[in-house]
Amino acid sequence: MAVDADGAVTAPEPESLDGPPGSRAELIQLLTPEGERADHPDYPLDLTTDEIKALYRDLVMVRRIDTEAIALQRQGELGIWASLLGQEAAQVGSGRALGPRDMAFPTYREHGVAWCRGVDPVKLLELFRGVSHGGWDPADHNFHLYTIVIGAQTLHATGYAMGIQRDGLVGEDGEAVIVYFGDGATSEGDVNEAFIWASVFNAPVVFFCQNNQWAISEPLERQSRIPLYQRASGFGFPGLRVDGNDLFACLAVTRAALQAARDGQGPTLIEAYTYRMGAHTTTDDPTRYRLASELEAWKLKDPVERVKAFLVRTGSADAAFFEGIEAEADQVGRHIRQACLDMPDPVPPAMFEHVYAQPTALLLEERDAYAAYLDSFVSEEATR
Amino acid sequence: MTTLTLSKALNEGLRKALEDDPKVVVMGEDVGKLGGVFRVTDGLQKDFGESRVVDTPLAESGIIGTAIGLALRGYRPVCEIQFDGFVFPAFDQIVSQLAHMRLRSLGRLSVPVVVRIPFGGGIGAVEHHSESPEALFAHVPGLKVVACSGPADAFTMIQQSIRSEDPVIFFEPKRRYWDKAEVDTGAGLATALPLESARRVTEGTDVTVLAYGPMVRTCLEAEVAAREDGRSLEVIDLRSLSPLDLPTIFASVRKTGRCIVIHEAPVTGGLAAEVAARVTEQCFYQLEAPVLRVGAFSVPYPPSRLEEHYLPDLDRVLDAVDRTFGY
Repeated sequence: MAVDADGAVTAPEPESLDGPPGSRAELIQLLTPEGERADHPDYPLDLTTDEIKALYRDLVMVRRIDTEAIALQRQGELGIWASLLGQEAAQVGSGRALGPRDMAFPTYREHGVAWCRGVDPVKLLELFRGVSHGGWDPADHNFHLYTIVIGAQTLHATGYAMGIQRDGLVGEDGEAVIVYFGDGATSEGDVNEAFIWASVFNAPVVFFCQNNQWAISEPLERQSRIPLYQRASGFGFPGLRVDGNDLFACLAVTRAALQAARDGQGPTLIEAYTYRMGAHTTTDDPTRYRLASELEAWKLKDPVERVKAFLVRTGSADAAFFEGIEAEADQVGRHIRQACLDMPDPVPPAMFEHVYAQPTALLLEERDAYAAYLDSFVSEEATR
Repeated sequence: MTTLTLSKALNEGLRKALEDDPKVVVMGEDVGKLGGVFRVTDGLQKDFGESRVVDTPLAESGIIGTAIGLALRGYRPVCEIQFDGFVFPAFDQIVSQLAHMRLRSLGRLSVPVVVRIPFGGGIGAVEHHSESPEALFAHVPGLKVVACSGPADAFTMIQQSIRSEDPVIFFEPKRRYWDKAEVDTGAGLATALPLESARRVTEGTDVTVLAYGPMVRTCLEAEVAAREDGRSLEVIDLRSLSPLDLPTIFASVRKTGRCIVIHEAPVTGGLAAEVAARVTEQCFYQLEAPVLRVGAFSVPYPPSRLEEHYLPDLDRVLDAVDRTFGY
C-alpha cells in the first residue's frame, strides 16, 4: 500500500495479495473452473459418483433456498437476507467434512453449512423474518446459532474446543470444532484473540475464513496487506489457502484440518478464496462500490457449475439426473415459501420469556402489566 | 466459625465450588501461580491443576468469549477481570453474547458464567483501577449483577453465583478485601440468604439507607454516628443490583418515610437513580422527603490524591441524613 505526499492511500494491485513479493501463494485446487479433476499430493480425495452427486444436490438445494429467500425478502416477507451466492462450495465442502460429533459455529451467512447439518431452512427464515433470534436447537445438529456481531463466535468456538480438551476427547476418537468467519472479521480483535487462545492452548478448532473479497463495501485491501492465510504463521499454527469455489478442495482440506484437530495437532486456518456474487445483504447495493466486470470474471468460476461440468464431462450424470435435482429444488423452494407465509408472529408475552432461567419478579410484573394494557383496548372496543 | 478476610472468604468459596462441581473452571490473568493480584485464587491452581485454574492470555474479550464457549460445552467458568477498568474490552462479549444467549436460543442454551470484578476506589491507585461500572451491567437484561460487602456474604454469594444458571457479574469491593469477619465455612448454601435478596443490616426507624459493596461499611459507621444524634438509620445492603430486591426496599421506606441511596459510582444515571424512581413510584404517599442520592461527582475518577474528595464518606452520608430531615 502506498501513501502519496497528500496522505492519500492507494491500494495495491490485487496480485500482491497472492503472496509476498516474488512468490506466488499456493491455491489448493482439486477441480478446475472448467470441471477438470486436479490432484494434490497432500489432499487425496476419493469420492464415489454417488457421493459427488449427493454433494452436487447440496449445492443446488442451498442455492435454491438462497434464491427463494431473496425473493421472499423482495416481497416483504423477510426483513433482510444475507445471500450465500457464490460461496456454496466453501460451505458445502467444509460442512460435509464435519463428523456428526464435530461442532460448527456459524456467522449469519452459513445457510449451506446449516443445510449440511440438517437444520430446516425454514428455521433460518425465522431469524430473517424477525420471528426469533435463532429457532433451531444447536444440540440437535451440532450447529450453533447464527452470530451477528462480526467475529464474536470465534472465541465461543475456541472455548468450546477447550471444553473438548477438558472432556478428554482429543486424540483417538476425538472431536473438533469449526468456526466460520469472513475476510472482514479478520480485522476484529476477537478473531485475533481466538487465534492466540487456540494456539497457546492447542485447541481442536478449525478457523474457516471465507474470503469473499468484500466486507460490505470494503475490499480485502482495506483489511490486509498480506494473504489472510499467512496470518496464521504469526500466531504459530498452519494456514492455507484453498480455492473456495472448488467443492472437492474445500472438502479435502477441511477434512484434513479437522482430523489434525481431533488428533491433537491444534488449530488450522483455512482461507477459502471465494467471491460474494450477490450483495452483502438485501439492503446493500454493490453497484456503488464494485465493477460489474469483476462479478463477470467470477461467474466463470461458479462453484455449482463446475461440479455440474465435472459430472457431465465424466459422463457420471445424465439429463434426467439434473432435471430431477432441479425439480426437487423447486419443491424445496415451494416448501420454504409456504412455510414462511404460514409462519405466525410470536405473541407479545413471548418477549418476556427466556431472559433468565427463572423469570424475575420485575419481568412478570412488566409482562402482566403489558397484557392488562393490551386488554384495556379490547375492553374499550367491546363497550363501544 | 473462622475469622477470614474478604479475599480469603472468596478463596474458600471458590475452593468449595471447585470441590463440589468438577465442571467449575477458574480463569483469568495471573489467577494461577500468582493466585491473582489480590490473592483471591491463591493456591487453587496448585490444588486443582492447570486445566481447572487457567492462566489465560492477556485479553479480556478472549477471557469472556472463551468462557462462553466452555459454558456451551457444559462447564461453569468463573472469570476474573483483574481490575474494574479492564472489563471494557470484554463489554461486547458480556452484553451482546453472554446476556443474549438464553433468549437467542429460546431457552435452549444456558451460559452459567461468573465474571468477578474487583471494583471501587479508595486504594490510591492509578487511572482505571478504581472504577464502579455496575450500573452499565445492571442496565443489561439477561445479566444478574451482585456485589458482596463482607467476608460472610463473599463466601456464600460466590458459590451461589457459580451455581446460578444465569450469567452473574460479581463485584468485589477491592478496598475491603482485607476486612475481617467471622465466616461459617461449614454451613451449606441451603440456609443462606438467596442471592437475589437484600439484607437488612441494622434495624432503624427514621431513614432507610441503601448501599452495597464498599459503601456498606461506610453506612454502618454512619449509623453509629447518627445514633449519637438521636437518629435511627435502617441500613440495607442491596447485595443484588439486578434484579433489585424491591419488596425489601419498599417495606423499609414505607416504615421510615425517608430514603438515601449511596454508591461510589457517579450519581448521574447510576443505580441510585433507578432505586429512587422505583421508590418514588411505589412509596410516594409514605415519603416525607425526596429520595436522596449520595455518590461520586459526574467526572471521571480523579487522580488518587483527590479521591477522598470524590468518594462518598461518612460525613457525606451524614450530610444527606441531615438534608432528608430538612424537607
